[in-house]
Amino acid sequence: METRSILETIQMVAEENLDIRTITMGISLFDCIDSDGERSRQKIYDKITTSARDLVKVADQIQTEYGIPIINKRIAVTPIALVAAASGDHDYVAYAKTMDQAAATLGVDLIGGFSALVQKGFQIGDRRLIASLPQALAETKRVCSSINVGSTRAGINLDAVAEMGQVIKDVAAIDPVNCMSLVVFANAVEDNPFMAGAFHGVGEADRVINVGISGPGVVKRALEQVRGAKIDVVSEQIKKTAFKVTRMGQFVGTIAAQRLNVPFGIVDLSLAPTPNEGDSVAEILEEIGLESVGAPGTTAALALLNDAVKKGGVMACEHVGGLSGAFIPVSEDAEMIRAVSAGRLSLEKLEAMTAVCSVGLDMIAIPGDTSAASISGMIADEAAIGMINNKTTAVRVIPAPGKTVGDEVTFGGLFGRAPVMPVNTSQPQAFIQRGGHIPAPIHSFKN
Amino acid sequence: MKAIITVVGQDQVGIVAQVATKLAELQINIIDISQTLMDRSFTMMLSGEWDDQKLSFADAQTALETLGRTAGLTIRIQRQAVFDAIQKL
Repeated sequence: METRSILETIQMVAEENLDIRTITMGISLFDCIDSDGERSRQKIYDKITTSARDLVKVADQIQTEYGIPIINKRIAVTPIALVAAASGDHDYVAYAKTMDQAAATLGVDLIGGFSALVQKGFQIGDRRLIASLPQALAETKRVCSSINVGSTRAGINLDAVAEMGQVIKDVAAIDPVNCMSLVVFANAVEDNPFMAGAFHGVGEADRVINVGISGPGVVKRALEQVRGAKIDVVSEQIKKTAFKVTRMGQFVGTIAAQRLNVPFGIVDLSLAPTPNEGDSVAEILEEIGLESVGAPGTTAALALLNDAVKKGGVMACEHVGGLSGAFIPVSEDAEMIRAVSAGRLSLEKLEAMTAVCSVGLDMIAIPGDTSAASISGMIADEAAIGMINNKTTAVRVIPAPGKTVGDEVTFGGLFGRAPVMPVNTSQPQAFIQRGGHIPAPIHSFKN
Repeated sequence: MKAIITVVGQDQVGIVAQVATKLAELQINIIDISQTLMDRSFTMMLSGEWDDQKLSFADAQTALETLGRTAGLTIRIQRQAVFDAIQKL
């Protein structure tokens, strides 16, 4: 018995909040396409509930036998805009409800894939899905949606950017909490296990198991042991810790895939925080030496963290995928919330941080009177960072009606609470209203 | 079925006896055992083996957790593979 390694592992789980954030089963719905919407939805329900019948059971077994907490069980499906297009339906709310019912039947936490990929242009299903979004998110509990508006290869669909600014306002008008289920992407990835952005990409196998790890607390604790050391030592320490954390993801994914008889896809190396104390990415940055996240130097510290996590994680698993970096969702990170409330972390600094980590402006509450054009401007900026830097970026903001700077929006559970942040009030209206397409950057022409 | 059982708690007379008695009751054979005091708290690790046709993992876990509660100890039982996976190349 190697008592030291046993004790260390137990400590990582019991005291440092190490857990598997999610086991996500990707399910292709291409064989559910039908010219009759009703029939298509029946096939969708049947396929999801059959494919993932044992997902929750197996995850619970693994949790019991190995003592590793598995926080969420999730489903990701083929973007519904592609599946529903053949049906002739004009409203896709019923598809969202079908997804919701299937998720409820299975007992999974979330289901993603009420999605459209419009980086180059709209097909008929895309427009209908986007128009259905406010109602679809209002009438479902577990459904998550993502819209990809740009990519390095295709440029940015400015019409979609303009439309999504308004859609986010419309979603928030019904209930701002619904905004946490909607993310606008550039360079969306097809095997992401994390919500709200998970969908099952068109190039994926029929079914696949992807795993998302967590573990900011473990990294923080490891860095406490190298206080005052050179930054090279910090990087090494993060790599070693990320290796162990990722090994757990690889291990759990392998067993889950075996027991479910579904191929194992990828481990997503992202460090995902929760609002619990000691489970914060911001605390890692502060342990590196910042008085507060948001201080000058934050972007550099985050860049180092993000890179070291990847370097450590890559060797620990067979296939890496998803978003793989450090997450900086404001509402889901206790220290991030404190920094925003104290005025130490601004929206502009967060934007800079998104250039060096995954994913984007995430879970940020903004004043209810923020214009649709301003939200579109934020989406355009993030999409541009993603497009130019060959990385995934995203916007998941919550314009809370009737609320302003100093107020707070509460989401509950893993999603935490978000202090309303000030937004620059000068308007990008004329730019956004031009519409059209921002061409792909010069470095996209690699062939 | 093989598993690692860890027992942590305030040091007191008879912890080893209580745990060993319970394991014997459950027909779990002790293959390896190690015990120490860490920061004045009692820490014991056991490698146990039993016939999982006769006793399910979940039942073994419930029985040990119940003992832990009554004796004021934290008793965990985990299959060994997880430790190897995380700590070894």
